[in-house]
Amino acid sequence: MADLINLIENWLETLILGWGASEELTLFILQALGSVLVVIICFVIVIALIWVERKLAGRIQDRFGPNRAGPFGIFQSFADIIKIFTKEYVTPEGAEKGFYNVAPVLAIASVLAIWAVFPFAVNVLGADINVGVLYIVAVSAFGILAILMAGWSSNNKYSLLGASRSVAMLISYEIPMVVSMLVPVLLSHSMKLSDIIAAQQPWWFLIVAPLAALVFLISSMAEIGKAPFDLLEAESELVAGYHTEYSGMKFGMFYVAEFLHQYTVGALITIFFLGGWGGPLAIQWPILGFIYFHIKTFVVYLVISWIRLSLPRIRIDEMLNLNWKFLIPVSFINLVVVAIADRVMIDLNLARWIYVGIMFGLNIFILLVSLFLAGKTSPEVERETFPTRPVAVPPGTKSR
Amino acid sequence: MVPVLVFAAVSLVTLGAAIAVVTNKNILHSAYFLVLAFVGVAAVYVMLEAPFIAVIQVLIYIGAIAILVIFAIMLTRRLMSNDMEQRNKQWIWSALGSVILFGVLGWLVYSANWPVVEAAVPKDPITLMGQELLTTYVVPFEIASVLLLAALVGSILIGREKDQESRSAE
Repeated sequence: MADLINLIENWLETLILGWGASEELTLFILQALGSVLVVIICFVIVIALIWVERKLAGRIQDRFGPNRAGPFGIFQSFADIIKIFTKEYVTPEGAEKGFYNVAPVLAIASVLAIWAVFPFAVNVLGADINVGVLYIVAVSAFGILAILMAGWSSNNKYSLLGASRSVAMLISYEIPMVVSMLVPVLLSHSMKLSDIIAAQQPWWFLIVAPLAALVFLISSMAEIGKAPFDLLEAESELVAGYHTEYSGMKFGMFYVAEFLHQYTVGALITIFFLGGWGGPLAIQWPILGFIYFHIKTFVVYLVISWIRLSLPRIRIDEMLNLNWKFLIPVSFINLVVVAIADRVMIDLNLARWIYVGIMFGLNIFILLVSLFLAGKTSPEVERETFPTRPVAVPPGTKSR
Repeated sequence: MVPVLVFAAVSLVTLGAAIAVVTNKNILHSAYFLVLAFVGVAAVYVMLEAPFIAVIQVLIYIGAIAILVIFAIMLTRRLMSNDMEQRNKQWIWSALGSVILFGVLGWLVYSANWPVVEAAVPKDPITLMGQELLTTYVVPFEIASVLLLAALVGSILIGREKDQESRSAE
């Protein structure tokens, strides 16, 4: 029972071998089945996440979320799905048919492909490739291409503007994301995801490298296009950005890709900084590792939603300033300092907790120094101050 | 048998995409098919047991170069028309030249004595490559980074706003 997933796999393997299939064919069938299962689990998770997001948004904004469709509104997602399936596909005239239809597929494919390398437990891995970290970065590039394709082939200037702005933002924020992703790679001396998780077992990288975790969180939130970086869908400016002209299930694909990307970023933060499937008894009972992984991912997902629902949108020039003038220097300095400190302390052969403490101190020091410098060099903004205006109160109520 | 089939499929996709790149009337569609050709080349690298090169191919060619190309095409309005002439009057001479070149290259590849290395692929190529880059090949490595820095500084200098340039001393 503890090793449920491998148990099922072994039973299926003996079953298919018993039907007379060759060794290679059995492996291929099992791997194909595993990939289909991961995809189905991802879509089912997204259905639950949409409900969580709407309820959470409602509660944070001091209102109920959906509560009509079933107890606590849990069937709201299903109602949304049925509605989206039955909507008509309105294709704009002059849209380039092939690429207009391929763009949502590419958007969701680039997010699903990241799930291929995730280790869910000690012995449940998709593909344990040597260059797991680089693979994740490379596959995110396809999502950028999908946005460009969608923006151009819609034959709509607002879509094109939205697509260009969002691609500018995405390629800018890829840099601090990759550089801060290199810090766990440095600390665990390997690019394999299973090695990174194995190197975190007593002390999570959140404590050893908190600055890298913070920079990765911020740049990942920009990568997925969630507020405060959601100018991709700034309705007051761009109608709906690059997915203006999509209706029905094509828009549904973009929507699902956005939620799934948020959950995938949660999974990435879990793997790199929160110890992945680690936890009490996770190695003896792999099914517990699977549960810990999803609990941690869900907690990070809630944190991202919480930030999204509390902050207003920032302007594109402020956002690019934040990236090029703050995040990139901070992430590079962090990488250099962590590399030097790691090399020096490994030679000194200190106890693990002294190593962790020194790394933590260095990270906090860099963060404080960079915040201080950023505060000093930002230009003084001329703010017009108005005298306090009288506030209208309805008659009969107490004034504040 | 199966590796041969997979290689045949990947090569067909790559070559088909490459042919579509040069024969397509819409230059943006050519750029998209170029991305497909890059993916095919990355698949060939994977089949040659070089996953690092395959991922770097996707990351650099598709993630940076293809996006740059598509941006450049999108910002140049005149290239987006669908009715550009594909050929001019001298196409028959260039076709003859390409067929001769293809024949020469094909004969060269077929008749060369390719050395076959019997050693297996090293188990941890990335560590080896990292060590080699920082010990044996450190000079080319540093020169390449200086070149990238020069390109970065040059592009920022070229792309600066005009009023700042007129106010600075240079």
